[in-house]
Amino acid sequence: MSRYSGFSLIRHALTGHRHWQRTWRDPEPKKHYDVLIIGAGGHGLATAYYLAKYQGVKHVAVLEKGYIGGGNSGRNTQVSRSNYYYPESGAFYEHALQLFESMPRELNINTMFSQRGILGICNSRHEAELYRRWVNAVGMNGIDTELLSREQIKKCVPHINLDCRFPIWGGFIQKRAGISRHDAVVWGYARAASAAGVDIIQQCEVIGLESSDSRITRVNTTRGDIEANQVALCVAGHSGHLAAMAGLRLPISSVALQAMVSEPVEPILHTVLMSAHIHVYVSQSDRGEIVIGGGADMFNSYAQRGALPIQHDNMEALIELLPIFSRLRMLRQWAGVCDMAPDVSPIIGKTPIENLFVSTGWGTGGYKAIPAGGDTLAYTIANNETHSLIKPFQLDRFTTGRLIDEGAASGVAH
Amino acid sequence: MLRIQCPICGLRDQTEFHCGGEAHVIRPANPEAVSDEDWADYLFYRTNPRGVHCERWVHVHGCRQWFNIVRDTVTHEVHEVYAMGEEPSSMAGQGEESSA
Repeated sequence: MSRYSGFSLIRHALTGHRHWQRTWRDPEPKKHYDVLIIGAGGHGLATAYYLAKYQGVKHVAVLEKGYIGGGNSGRNTQVSRSNYYYPESGAFYEHALQLFESMPRELNINTMFSQRGILGICNSRHEAELYRRWVNAVGMNGIDTELLSREQIKKCVPHINLDCRFPIWGGFIQKRAGISRHDAVVWGYARAASAAGVDIIQQCEVIGLESSDSRITRVNTTRGDIEANQVALCVAGHSGHLAAMAGLRLPISSVALQAMVSEPVEPILHTVLMSAHIHVYVSQSDRGEIVIGGGADMFNSYAQRGALPIQHDNMEALIELLPIFSRLRMLRQWAGVCDMAPDVSPIIGKTPIENLFVSTGWGTGGYKAIPAGGDTLAYTIANNETHSLIKPFQLDRFTTGRLIDEGAASGVAH
Repeated sequence: MLRIQCPICGLRDQTEFHCGGEAHVIRPANPEAVSDEDWADYLFYRTNPRGVHCERWVHVHGCRQWFNIVRDTVTHEVHEVYAMGEEPSSMAGQGEESSA
Protein backbone atom coordinates (compact mmCIF):
# COMPACT_ATOMS: atom_id res chain seq x y z
CA MET A 1 0.00 0.00 0.00
CA SER A 2 1.51 3.30 -1.02
CA ARG A 3 0.97 5.98 1.61
CA TYR A 4 -1.19 9.02 1.08
CA SER A 5 0.66 12.30 1.59
CA GLY A 6 0.97 15.78 0.18
CA PHE A 7 4.02 14.55 -1.71
CA SER A 8 2.14 11.60 -3.30
CA LEU A 9 -0.67 13.97 -4.30
CA ILE A 10 1.80 16.24 -6.13
CA ARG A 11 3.56 13.27 -7.72
CA HIS A 12 0.27 11.83 -9.03
CA ALA A 13 -0.86 15.28 -10.18
CA LEU A 14 2.26 15.50 -12.36
CA THR A 15 1.32 12.23 -14.09
CA GLY A 16 -2.32 13.21 -14.58
CA HIS A 17 -3.64 11.04 -11.70
CA ARG A 18 -3.41 7.96 -13.94
CA HIS A 19 -1.40 5.73 -11.59
CA TRP A 20 -3.26 5.67 -8.27
CA GLN A 21 -3.37 2.17 -6.78
CA ARG A 22 -6.59 0.33 -6.01
CA THR A 23 -7.67 1.37 -2.53
CA TRP A 24 -8.38 -2.20 -1.43
CA ARG A 25 -8.00 -5.58 -3.12
CA ASP A 26 -10.97 -7.44 -4.61
CA PRO A 27 -10.16 -11.10 -3.90
CA GLU A 28 -12.19 -14.23 -4.60
CA PRO A 29 -13.45 -15.85 -1.37
CA LYS A 30 -11.28 -18.70 -0.08
CA LYS A 31 -12.69 -21.94 1.32
CA HIS A 32 -11.53 -21.33 4.87
CA TYR A 33 -10.69 -18.41 7.15
CA ASP A 34 -9.61 -18.06 10.77
CA VAL A 35 -12.19 -15.34 11.35
CA LEU A 36 -15.13 -14.51 9.11
CA ILE A 37 -16.85 -11.20 9.71
CA ILE A 38 -20.31 -10.69 8.24
CA GLY A 39 -21.04 -7.09 7.33
CA ALA A 40 -18.51 -4.64 5.86
CA GLY A 41 -19.72 -1.48 7.49
CA GLY A 42 -17.59 0.53 9.88
CA HIS A 43 -17.83 -2.01 12.71
CA GLY A 44 -17.05 -5.06 10.56
CA LEU A 45 -14.12 -3.42 8.79
CA ALA A 46 -12.71 -1.95 12.01
CA THR A 47 -12.93 -5.38 13.69
CA ALA A 48 -11.08 -6.93 10.74
CA TYR A 49 -8.42 -4.21 10.84
CA TYR A 50 -7.68 -4.57 14.57
CA LEU A 51 -7.69 -8.38 14.27
CA ALA A 52 -5.15 -8.37 11.45
CA LYS A 53 -3.02 -5.45 12.62
CA TYR A 54 -2.95 -5.81 16.41
CA GLN A 55 -4.18 -9.30 17.30
CA GLY A 56 -2.00 -11.17 14.81
CA VAL A 57 -4.83 -13.10 13.17
CA LYS A 58 -3.65 -14.04 9.68
CA HIS A 59 -6.67 -15.14 7.68
CA VAL A 60 -9.58 -12.75 8.09
CA ALA A 61 -12.39 -12.04 5.63
CA VAL A 62 -15.25 -9.54 5.69
CA LEU A 63 -18.37 -10.46 3.71
CA GLU A 64 -20.69 -7.76 2.43
CA LYS A 65 -23.97 -8.36 0.62
CA GLY A 66 -23.86 -4.98 -1.15
CA TYR A 67 -20.92 -2.61 -1.21
CA ILE A 68 -18.83 -1.55 1.75
CA GLY A 69 -20.28 1.19 3.89
CA GLY A 70 -23.58 1.04 1.97
CA GLY A 71 -25.66 0.34 5.06
CA ASN A 72 -25.79 2.44 8.19
CA SER A 73 -22.14 3.53 7.82
CA GLY A 74 -23.31 5.54 4.82
CA ARG A 75 -26.63 6.56 6.36
CA ASN A 76 -25.70 8.31 9.58
CA THR A 77 -25.12 11.91 10.61
CA GLN A 78 -21.40 11.29 11.35
CA VAL A 79 -21.41 12.54 14.95
CA SER A 80 -18.84 11.42 17.55
CA ARG A 81 -19.24 12.21 21.25
CA SER A 82 -18.75 10.63 24.67
CA ASN A 83 -21.11 12.66 26.87
CA TYR A 84 -22.84 9.57 28.26
CA TYR A 85 -24.47 9.37 31.66
CA TYR A 86 -23.46 5.92 32.90
CA PRO A 87 -19.79 5.15 33.67
CA GLU A 88 -19.84 1.99 31.50
CA SER A 89 -20.98 3.95 28.47
CA GLY A 90 -18.70 6.88 29.24
CA ALA A 91 -15.60 4.67 29.34
CA PHE A 92 -16.49 2.89 26.12
CA TYR A 93 -17.47 5.95 24.08
CA GLU A 94 -14.51 7.98 25.37
CA HIS A 95 -12.23 5.22 24.06
CA ALA A 96 -14.02 5.56 20.72
CA LEU A 97 -13.70 9.35 20.69
CA GLN A 98 -9.96 9.15 21.39
CA LEU A 99 -9.56 6.63 18.58
CA PHE A 100 -11.41 9.06 16.28
CA GLU A 101 -8.86 11.71 17.32
CA SER A 102 -5.91 9.53 16.31
CA MET A 103 -7.59 7.88 13.32
CA PRO A 104 -6.05 9.98 10.49
CA ARG A 105 -2.53 8.98 11.61
CA GLU A 106 -3.55 5.42 12.42
CA LEU A 107 -5.15 4.79 9.02
CA ASN A 108 -3.19 7.30 6.90
CA ILE A 109 -6.36 8.90 5.59
CA ASN A 110 -7.93 12.28 6.17
CA THR A 111 -11.15 11.54 8.05
CA MET A 112 -11.86 15.29 8.26
CA PHE A 113 -12.61 14.91 11.97
CA SER A 114 -13.75 18.35 13.04
CA GLN A 115 -14.06 18.73 16.82
CA ARG A 116 -16.59 21.52 16.63
CA GLY A 117 -18.43 20.47 19.76
CA ILE A 118 -21.86 19.06 20.36
CA LEU A 119 -24.32 21.43 22.00
CA GLY A 120 -27.35 19.93 23.70
CA ILE A 121 -30.04 22.44 24.56
CA CYS A 122 -32.81 22.09 27.12
CA ASN A 123 -36.32 23.38 26.52
CA SER A 124 -37.76 23.31 30.05
CA ARG A 125 -36.80 24.06 33.66
CA HIS A 126 -36.90 20.34 34.49
CA GLU A 127 -34.65 19.46 31.62
CA ALA A 128 -32.24 22.22 32.73
CA GLU A 129 -32.03 20.61 36.17
CA LEU A 130 -31.45 17.20 34.64
CA TYR A 131 -28.72 18.62 32.43
CA ARG A 132 -26.89 19.94 35.48
CA ARG A 133 -27.00 16.45 36.95
CA TRP A 134 -25.96 14.98 33.62
CA VAL A 135 -22.93 17.28 33.31
CA ASN A 136 -21.85 16.27 36.83
CA ALA A 137 -22.25 12.59 35.98
CA VAL A 138 -20.23 12.99 32.79
CA GLY A 139 -17.56 14.83 34.81
CA MET A 140 -17.46 11.95 37.28
CA ASN A 141 -16.79 9.70 34.29
CA GLY A 142 -13.68 11.80 33.65
CA ILE A 143 -15.09 13.44 30.53
CA ASP A 144 -15.11 17.17 29.87
CA THR A 145 -18.43 18.92 29.27
CA GLU A 146 -19.59 22.40 30.24
CA LEU A 147 -22.94 23.93 31.10
CA LEU A 148 -23.89 26.90 28.93
CA SER A 149 -26.23 29.78 29.70
CA ARG A 150 -28.73 31.17 27.21
CA GLU A 151 -26.30 33.97 26.37
CA GLN A 152 -23.45 31.54 25.74
CA ILE A 153 -25.69 29.48 23.46
CA LYS A 154 -26.63 32.62 21.52
CA LYS A 155 -22.93 33.40 21.10
CA CYS A 156 -22.27 29.86 19.88
CA VAL A 157 -25.24 29.75 17.47
CA PRO A 158 -26.16 33.40 16.69
CA HIS A 159 -29.17 32.49 14.57
CA ILE A 160 -30.90 30.45 17.25
CA ASN A 161 -34.39 31.44 18.36
CA LEU A 162 -34.04 31.28 22.16
CA ASP A 163 -37.70 32.09 22.74
CA CYS A 164 -39.19 29.43 20.51
CA ARG A 165 -42.34 27.55 21.45
CA PHE A 166 -40.48 25.61 24.16
CA PRO A 167 -38.03 28.36 25.24
CA ILE A 168 -34.40 27.43 25.68
CA TRP A 169 -33.27 27.40 29.31
CA GLY A 170 -29.63 26.55 28.73
CA GLY A 171 -27.55 23.71 27.46
CA PHE A 172 -24.28 21.89 27.67
CA ILE A 173 -21.45 21.32 25.30
CA GLN A 174 -18.79 18.68 24.81
CA LYS A 175 -16.16 20.59 22.88
CA ARG A 176 -14.13 17.55 21.82
CA ALA A 177 -17.16 15.99 20.12
CA GLY A 178 -17.57 16.57 16.43
CA ILE A 179 -18.22 15.21 13.00
CA SER A 180 -16.06 13.34 10.53
CA ARG A 181 -16.41 12.16 6.97
CA HIS A 182 -18.17 8.82 7.29
CA ASP A 183 -17.01 7.47 3.93
CA ALA A 184 -13.40 8.27 4.81
CA VAL A 185 -13.75 6.24 8.02
CA VAL A 186 -15.12 3.24 6.11
CA TRP A 187 -12.62 3.55 3.27
CA GLY A 188 -9.77 4.13 5.72
CA TYR A 189 -10.50 0.93 7.64
CA ALA A 190 -11.07 -1.00 4.40
CA ARG A 191 -7.80 0.19 2.88
CA ALA A 192 -5.76 -0.44 6.02
CA ALA A 193 -7.41 -3.83 6.65
CA SER A 194 -6.82 -4.90 3.05
CA ALA A 195 -3.17 -3.84 3.33
CA ALA A 196 -2.90 -5.93 6.51
CA GLY A 197 -4.08 -8.99 4.56
CA VAL A 198 -7.84 -8.96 5.17
CA ASP A 199 -10.02 -10.19 2.27
CA ILE A 200 -12.92 -7.80 1.71
CA ILE A 201 -15.54 -9.65 -0.33
CA GLN A 202 -18.38 -7.52 -1.65
CA GLN A 203 -21.54 -8.67 -3.42
CA CYS A 204 -21.51 -11.77 -1.21
CA GLU A 205 -24.68 -12.30 0.81
CA VAL A 206 -24.86 -14.80 3.64
CA ILE A 207 -27.87 -17.06 3.08
CA GLY A 208 -27.32 -19.65 5.79
CA LEU A 209 -25.31 -20.52 8.89
CA GLU A 210 -24.76 -24.26 9.38
CA SER A 211 -24.10 -25.36 12.93
CA SER A 212 -23.62 -28.46 14.99
CA ASP A 213 -22.77 -28.97 18.67
CA SER A 214 -23.36 -25.27 19.35
CA ARG A 215 -20.70 -24.24 16.83
CA ILE A 216 -21.01 -22.58 13.45
CA THR A 217 -19.44 -25.03 11.03
CA ARG A 218 -20.05 -23.43 7.66
CA VAL A 219 -21.33 -20.16 6.26
CA ASN A 220 -23.44 -20.43 3.08
CA THR A 221 -23.11 -17.44 0.81
CA THR A 222 -24.20 -16.44 -2.68
CA ARG A 223 -20.56 -16.99 -3.70
CA GLY A 224 -20.21 -20.48 -2.22
CA ASP A 225 -19.73 -22.06 1.20
CA ILE A 226 -16.99 -20.78 3.49
CA GLU A 227 -15.65 -22.40 6.66
CA ALA A 228 -14.30 -20.40 9.56
CA ASN A 229 -12.98 -21.00 13.05
CA GLN A 230 -14.84 -17.97 14.35
CA VAL A 231 -17.69 -15.91 12.95
CA ALA A 232 -18.75 -12.38 13.90
CA LEU A 233 -22.05 -10.70 13.02
CA CYS A 234 -21.62 -6.96 12.42
CA VAL A 235 -24.84 -6.34 10.52
CA ALA A 236 -26.69 -3.72 12.60
CA GLY A 237 -30.42 -3.84 11.80
CA HIS A 238 -30.17 -7.26 10.21
CA SER A 239 -28.64 -8.89 13.32
CA GLY A 240 -31.85 -10.66 14.29
CA HIS A 241 -32.32 -11.98 10.77
CA LEU A 242 -28.80 -13.47 10.64
CA ALA A 243 -28.79 -14.71 14.23
CA ALA A 244 -32.02 -16.58 13.47
CA MET A 245 -30.12 -18.53 10.78
CA ALA A 246 -28.01 -19.92 13.63
CA GLY A 247 -31.05 -20.50 15.84
CA LEU A 248 -30.12 -17.61 18.12
CA ARG A 249 -32.66 -15.10 19.39
CA LEU A 250 -31.55 -11.53 20.11
CA PRO A 251 -33.41 -8.85 22.10
CA ILE A 252 -33.24 -6.50 19.12
CA SER A 253 -35.93 -4.62 17.26
CA SER A 254 -35.18 -3.12 13.86
CA VAL A 255 -36.54 0.36 13.18
CA ALA A 256 -35.87 2.94 10.49
CA LEU A 257 -34.09 6.15 11.46
CA GLN A 258 -34.02 8.82 8.81
CA ALA A 259 -31.94 11.87 8.13
CA MET A 260 -31.74 14.45 5.39
CA VAL A 261 -29.45 17.08 3.95
CA SER A 262 -30.15 20.44 2.39
CA GLU A 263 -28.55 22.12 -0.59
CA PRO A 264 -25.02 23.34 0.23
CA VAL A 265 -24.78 26.83 1.70
CA GLU A 266 -22.00 29.07 3.03
CA PRO A 267 -20.63 28.15 6.49
CA ILE A 268 -23.25 29.21 9.02
CA LEU A 269 -23.49 26.54 11.74
CA HIS A 270 -20.27 25.86 13.62
CA THR A 271 -21.34 23.18 16.06
CA VAL A 272 -23.64 20.17 16.26
CA LEU A 273 -26.88 21.40 17.76
CA MET A 274 -29.17 18.91 19.46
CA SER A 275 -32.48 19.16 21.25
CA ALA A 276 -33.80 16.02 22.90
CA HIS A 277 -37.06 17.68 23.85
CA ILE A 278 -38.27 18.87 20.46
CA HIS A 279 -36.12 16.17 18.95
CA VAL A 280 -33.92 17.39 16.19
CA TYR A 281 -30.18 17.50 15.69
CA VAL A 282 -28.43 19.50 13.06
CA SER A 283 -24.92 20.19 11.82
CA GLN A 284 -23.24 21.46 8.68
CA SER A 285 -21.06 19.15 6.64
CA ASP A 286 -17.74 20.16 5.13
CA ARG A 287 -19.53 20.42 1.79
CA GLY A 288 -21.90 23.02 3.20
CA GLU A 289 -25.00 20.85 3.44
CA ILE A 290 -27.15 21.22 6.53
CA VAL A 291 -27.50 17.69 7.96
CA ILE A 292 -30.69 17.06 9.91
CA GLY A 293 -31.78 14.11 11.98
CA GLY A 294 -34.52 13.43 14.47
CA GLY A 295 -36.63 10.63 15.84
CA ALA A 296 -36.90 7.10 14.57
CA ASP A 297 -40.04 5.67 12.99
CA MET A 298 -41.42 3.82 15.99
CA PHE A 299 -42.49 0.59 14.36
CA ASN A 300 -40.45 -2.36 13.10
CA SER A 301 -39.00 -1.85 9.68
CA TYR A 302 -36.33 -3.36 7.46
CA ALA A 303 -37.01 -0.81 4.72
CA GLN A 304 -34.21 1.68 4.23
CA ARG A 305 -36.62 4.56 3.87
CA GLY A 306 -38.50 6.70 6.36
CA ALA A 307 -42.05 7.96 6.46
CA LEU A 308 -43.12 11.52 5.68
CA PRO A 309 -44.61 12.44 9.12
CA ILE A 310 -41.20 12.17 10.83
CA GLN A 311 -39.68 14.43 8.18
CA HIS A 312 -42.38 16.99 8.94
CA ASP A 313 -41.65 16.72 12.67
CA ASN A 314 -37.93 17.21 12.10
CA MET A 315 -38.50 20.22 9.87
CA GLU A 316 -40.94 21.86 12.28
CA ALA A 317 -38.46 21.46 15.12
CA LEU A 318 -35.60 22.77 12.99
CA ILE A 319 -37.28 25.95 11.79
CA GLU A 320 -38.64 26.63 15.26
CA LEU A 321 -35.06 26.62 16.55
CA LEU A 322 -33.40 28.16 13.49
CA PRO A 323 -35.96 30.17 11.50
CA ILE A 324 -33.19 31.23 9.10
CA PHE A 325 -33.31 27.69 7.65
CA SER A 326 -36.97 27.94 6.66
CA ARG A 327 -36.15 28.56 2.99
CA LEU A 328 -33.48 25.88 2.67
CA ARG A 329 -34.25 23.33 0.00
CA MET A 330 -33.73 19.70 0.92
CA LEU A 331 -31.54 17.66 -1.39
CA ARG A 332 -31.66 14.11 -0.12
CA GLN A 333 -33.43 12.03 2.48
CA TRP A 334 -32.60 8.50 3.53
CA ALA A 335 -33.03 5.99 6.35
CA GLY A 336 -30.97 3.28 7.96
CA VAL A 337 -32.24 0.18 9.75
CA CYS A 338 -31.27 0.55 13.42
CA ASP A 339 -30.79 -2.34 15.82
CA MET A 340 -32.49 -1.18 19.01
CA ALA A 341 -31.82 -3.04 22.25
CA PRO A 342 -34.37 -2.68 25.08
CA ASP A 343 -31.95 -0.52 27.12
CA VAL A 344 -30.57 1.34 24.07
CA SER A 345 -27.05 0.07 24.80
CA PRO A 346 -24.96 -2.19 22.58
CA ILE A 347 -24.68 -5.97 22.78
CA ILE A 348 -21.12 -6.88 21.85
CA GLY A 349 -19.09 -10.01 22.46
CA LYS A 350 -19.69 -13.72 22.87
CA THR A 351 -22.97 -15.56 22.37
CA PRO A 352 -24.29 -18.93 23.59
CA ILE A 353 -22.95 -20.31 20.28
CA GLU A 354 -19.30 -21.05 21.05
CA ASN A 355 -17.63 -19.52 17.99
CA LEU A 356 -20.21 -16.87 17.12
CA PHE A 357 -19.72 -13.25 18.21
CA VAL A 358 -22.12 -10.36 17.79
CA SER A 359 -21.79 -6.62 17.57
CA THR A 360 -25.29 -5.21 17.65
CA GLY A 361 -27.69 -3.01 19.58
CA TRP A 362 -25.91 0.13 18.37
CA GLY A 363 -29.32 1.57 17.72
CA THR A 364 -29.25 5.17 16.59
CA GLY A 365 -25.62 5.78 17.59
CA GLY A 366 -23.39 3.15 16.03
CA TYR A 367 -21.22 5.50 14.01
CA LYS A 368 -19.51 7.08 17.00
CA ALA A 369 -18.67 3.62 18.35
CA ILE A 370 -16.94 2.26 15.22
CA PRO A 371 -13.27 2.31 16.32
CA ALA A 372 -13.93 1.12 19.88
CA GLY A 373 -16.40 -1.53 18.71
CA GLY A 374 -13.78 -2.86 16.29
CA ASP A 375 -10.94 -2.70 18.79
CA THR A 376 -12.77 -4.44 21.64
CA LEU A 377 -14.49 -7.07 19.48
CA ALA A 378 -11.16 -7.94 17.79
CA TYR A 379 -9.57 -8.42 21.22
CA THR A 380 -12.51 -10.56 22.36
CA ILE A 381 -12.40 -12.78 19.25
CA ALA A 382 -8.62 -13.22 19.21
CA ASN A 383 -8.24 -13.95 22.92
CA ASN A 384 -11.61 -15.61 23.46
CA GLU A 385 -11.87 -13.33 26.47
CA THR A 386 -14.26 -10.38 26.75
CA HIS A 387 -12.46 -7.02 26.61
CA SER A 388 -12.86 -5.14 29.90
CA LEU A 389 -14.59 -2.15 28.26
CA ILE A 390 -17.42 -4.30 26.88
CA LYS A 391 -17.96 -6.59 29.89
CA PRO A 392 -21.04 -4.55 30.89
CA PHE A 393 -22.50 -4.89 27.38
CA GLN A 394 -22.99 -8.65 27.28
CA LEU A 395 -26.09 -10.48 26.11
CA ASP A 396 -26.69 -12.05 29.55
CA ARG A 397 -27.56 -8.66 31.10
CA PHE A 398 -31.15 -9.14 29.97
CA THR A 399 -31.33 -12.26 32.13
CA THR A 400 -29.42 -10.89 35.13
CA GLY A 401 -31.28 -7.57 34.97
CA ARG A 402 -28.05 -5.51 34.98
CA LEU A 403 -29.22 -3.19 32.20
CA ILE A 404 -27.45 0.02 31.16
CA ASP A 405 -30.44 2.16 30.51
CA GLU A 406 -29.20 4.89 28.20
CA GLY A 407 -32.68 5.49 26.81
CA ALA A 408 -32.94 8.86 28.47
CA ALA A 409 -29.30 9.70 28.98
CA SER A 410 -27.67 9.09 25.63
CA GLY A 411 -28.53 12.53 24.37
CA VAL A 412 -31.60 11.83 22.32
CA ALA A 413 -35.10 10.86 23.31
CA HIS A 414 -36.21 7.34 22.49
CA MET B 1 -46.72 7.03 5.08
CA LEU B 2 -48.76 4.07 6.33
CA ARG B 3 -52.52 4.14 5.98
CA ILE B 4 -54.23 1.84 8.42
CA GLN B 5 -57.80 0.57 8.42
CA CYS B 6 -59.06 1.19 11.96
CA PRO B 7 -61.79 -1.41 12.66
CA ILE B 8 -64.00 1.32 14.16
CA CYS B 9 -63.17 4.50 12.22
CA GLY B 10 -62.01 3.28 8.82
CA LEU B 11 -58.93 4.17 6.79
CA ARG B 12 -56.75 6.79 8.51
CA ASP B 13 -53.17 8.12 8.27
CA GLN B 14 -50.31 6.71 10.31
CA THR B 15 -50.05 9.90 12.40
CA GLU B 16 -53.31 9.06 14.18
CA PHE B 17 -51.93 5.76 15.45
CA HIS B 18 -49.28 4.50 17.81
CA CYS B 19 -47.58 1.13 17.43
CA GLY B 20 -47.61 -1.07 20.54
CA GLY B 21 -45.08 -3.61 19.28
CA GLU B 22 -45.36 -7.31 18.63
CA ALA B 23 -48.77 -8.94 19.13
CA HIS B 24 -49.49 -12.20 20.96
CA VAL B 25 -46.73 -11.85 23.58
CA ILE B 26 -48.18 -13.71 26.55
CA ARG B 27 -47.28 -12.85 30.13
CA PRO B 28 -46.33 -16.00 32.03
CA ALA B 29 -49.23 -17.00 34.26
CA ASN B 30 -47.11 -17.55 37.35
CA PRO B 31 -44.07 -15.20 37.30
CA GLU B 32 -42.59 -16.66 40.52
CA ALA B 33 -42.29 -20.06 38.87
CA VAL B 34 -40.62 -18.78 35.70
CA SER B 35 -36.85 -19.05 35.18
CA ASP B 36 -34.79 -15.88 34.68
CA GLU B 37 -34.23 -16.90 31.05
CA ASP B 38 -37.94 -17.28 30.33
CA TRP B 39 -38.76 -14.04 32.13
CA ALA B 40 -36.08 -12.22 30.07
CA ASP B 41 -37.59 -13.75 26.95
CA TYR B 42 -41.01 -12.41 27.91
CA LEU B 43 -39.71 -8.95 28.81
CA PHE B 44 -37.07 -8.25 26.20
CA TYR B 45 -36.96 -10.73 23.33
CA ARG B 46 -39.13 -10.04 20.30
CA THR B 47 -39.44 -11.89 17.02
CA ASN B 48 -38.35 -8.96 14.84
CA PRO B 49 -38.85 -10.75 11.50
CA ARG B 50 -37.75 -9.39 8.15
CA GLY B 51 -41.12 -9.84 6.46
CA VAL B 52 -44.55 -10.59 7.89
CA HIS B 53 -45.09 -9.28 11.43
CA CYS B 54 -48.13 -9.37 13.72
CA GLU B 55 -48.33 -6.21 15.79
CA ARG B 56 -50.64 -4.18 18.05
CA TRP B 57 -51.66 -0.63 17.20
CA VAL B 58 -53.86 1.86 19.00
CA HIS B 59 -55.92 4.58 17.31
CA VAL B 60 -54.63 7.08 19.84
CA HIS B 61 -55.94 10.22 18.10
CA GLY B 62 -59.28 8.61 17.21
CA CYS B 63 -61.43 6.00 18.91
CA ARG B 64 -58.51 4.96 21.19
CA GLN B 65 -59.19 1.28 20.53
CA TRP B 66 -56.42 -1.30 20.37
CA PHE B 67 -56.34 -3.82 17.52
CA ASN B 68 -53.88 -6.10 15.71
CA ILE B 69 -52.50 -5.91 12.21
CA VAL B 70 -50.39 -8.14 10.00
CA ARG B 71 -47.79 -5.98 8.27
CA ASP B 72 -44.72 -6.63 6.14
CA THR B 73 -41.63 -5.00 7.69
CA VAL B 74 -39.89 -4.68 4.31
CA THR B 75 -42.70 -3.38 2.06
CA HIS B 76 -44.77 -1.89 4.95
CA GLU B 77 -47.87 -3.38 3.29
CA VAL B 78 -50.72 -4.04 5.74
CA HIS B 79 -52.12 -7.50 4.96
CA GLU B 80 -54.84 -7.80 7.57
CA VAL B 81 -56.48 -6.01 10.47
CA TYR B 82 -58.03 -8.14 13.23
CA ALA B 83 -59.40 -7.70 16.73
CA MET B 84 -57.51 -8.10 19.99
CA GLY B 85 -57.70 -11.70 21.18
CA GLU B 86 -58.12 -13.06 17.64
CA GLU B 87 -55.58 -14.91 15.56
CA PRO B 88 -54.77 -13.64 12.07
CA SER B 89 -56.66 -15.65 9.47
CA SER B 90 -54.43 -15.24 6.44
CA MET B 91 -51.12 -15.68 8.25
CA ALA B 92 -51.95 -18.57 10.58
CA GLY B 93 -48.44 -20.04 10.43
CA GLN B 94 -46.79 -16.66 11.00
CA GLY B 95 -49.07 -15.95 13.93
CA GLU B 96 -47.84 -19.07 15.63
CA GLU B 97 -44.23 -18.05 15.05
CA SER B 98 -44.71 -14.57 16.51
CA SER B 99 -46.35 -15.89 19.65
CA ALA B 100 -43.29 -18.05 20.43
